[in-house]
Amino acid sequence: MTATAEADLHDRLMALAERQIAVGEVRGVAAADPVNLPMIRHWAAAMGDANPVYTDAEAAAGSAHGEIVAPPAMIQVWTMPGVDRDGRQATTPVDDVLRALDGSGYTGVVATNCEQTYHRYLRLGERPVPATRFAGLSGPKRTALGEGYFVTWNITWYSQDEPVADMLFRVLKFRPRERKTKPEAREPYPLKPAINKDTAFFWEGVGRGELRIQRCADCGELRHPPGPVCPSCRSVERTHVVASGVGEVYSYVVHHNPPVPGRSTPFVVAVVELPEGVRIVGNVVDCPPEEVGIGMQVRVTYRQMDDELILPMWVPQES
Amino acid sequence: MRTLTGDQVEIGSVLPDLVIELTPTAIVSTALATMDFTPVHHDVGRARAQGSKDIFLNILTTMGLVERYVTDWAGPEALIRGINVKLGVPAYAGDTLTFTGTVVACENGEFTVEVRGKVSLGDHASGTVRFALPDR
Repeated sequence: MTATAEADLHDRLMALAERQIAVGEVRGVAAADPVNLPMIRHWAAAMGDANPVYTDAEAAAGSAHGEIVAPPAMIQVWTMPGVDRDGRQATTPVDDVLRALDGSGYTGVVATNCEQTYHRYLRLGERPVPATRFAGLSGPKRTALGEGYFVTWNITWYSQDEPVADMLFRVLKFRPRERKTKPEAREPYPLKPAINKDTAFFWEGVGRGELRIQRCADCGELRHPPGPVCPSCRSVERTHVVASGVGEVYSYVVHHNPPVPGRSTPFVVAVVELPEGVRIVGNVVDCPPEEVGIGMQVRVTYRQMDDELILPMWVPQES
Repeated sequence: MRTLTGDQVEIGSVLPDLVIELTPTAIVSTALATMDFTPVHHDVGRARAQGSKDIFLNILTTMGLVERYVTDWAGPEALIRGINVKLGVPAYAGDTLTFTGTVVACENGEFTVEVRGKVSLGDHASGTVRFALPDR
C-alpha cells in the first residue's frame, strides 16, 4: 500500500473506532444456563481446584459465603457461546472493528491482556448477562509478530441489572510477517454503487464510518436518497448531517431468487426508518431472515465488500 | 483447608510453586470445562494448520489457574477481587506450566500477589491477583 493509502486506512479505522466507542454498551445474550453445580464441578475438576466453597454445600454453608458460590474466574464461562460458535450470537460494537482490520490485512490475532474485576461471587441460579463496550483502538505499532493495532473492549456482566464483574480484554490484530505468496487479492464485488456529484458525500461518509443524510442548506429538510434539488423549497444548496446509526425496520423482503452476483441467497433487503426522519434501503445481516420483522430495532454496520467498496448494512441492535 | 489471616500475610511473602503438567487431557478438559470450543484448544490438526506447534491452553483456563494458584495458598475463603493478566507465549500440550508468586502490596485489607506462569518458551502469563481475607 502507498503511504497515502495507509494514512487513509488509518483515518478510516480511527473514525470507525470513534463511532464504535460512541455506540456505548451493548447488551448480549444471557447465560444459556443459570450458574449451576454441575458446570462448577466440571470446571473445578479440570482446573484441579479443590476449594470446597465451590462444590461442597456443607462446607460452603459454614464459610464466609454461607452458600455455594461460583469461582469468580468462571464469570466468562457462563456466557460462552458453546459448541455452535457460529450460531446465534449477539453482535457487539467490537465486531465491525475486528472485521475492518481483517479486511485491511490485519488478519492475525493474539490476545495480550485480560483483566477481570469481581464485585461479588455469583450464587447458584443467577443468570449473568454480558454487555460489551468498545474501548479503543491504537496503532499501527511494530511488534514482534508484525505491524498491528491493539483493540480493547470491556465487558460488564450483570445479574438482575447489578454489575457483578468487569473485564478488559485486549487483542493485537497484526499483519502476519511471512506472506506465503503475495497477499490474496479479494475478488472484486461485482455490484458497484453509482457515485456522482449528488451521492459522493454519502460514500465518503461510508468510508469514514458515517451514515450521512443529505440536508437542504436553505430550509433544512432532510432527504434520502440524495438528489440535486430540495423537493420542499426547490433550493439546490445542500449539505448533510450524520445520522445516529440506529433505525427501525419499516418494511423488508427476503430475496431468494433470482441469484444475485456476489451474494448468496436468501438475504434480506429492508427499508429502515431512521429517527432523523428519512428511510434508507439496506441489507439486514448477522440475523437469520426469519427473525427479521417490521419494527425491529437495527443499527448500521459497515462491511468491506472488496479492497475498495464498503457498504452500510444493518444488524439487530440487541439480541 | 484453612484460610490465612491478615497477620499471616506480609509484603514479600512467597507463595509455594504450583506445577501443572500440560497433558493433552489437561488442555482439552479445561477448554471444554470453560465452554471454549475453539478448535486450536482441542484439534491438533487445526492448531498446526494455523502455525501452532500443538493444541494450547485457552485464556479462560489461564485465568482459572491463576485464581486457583492464589486460593490454594491463601485458603478457600480468600475473596478474589480481581485478576490482571498479561498474556505471553502459548502454553502448548506437552509443556509444564509453573506458577510462582510474591505478595507485593497490602492496602486497606486488600492484598496483591504478583504471579508469573512460566513454560519452556518463557512467560505464558504474568500479572497480579487482588484478594481480601475474611475478618476473624
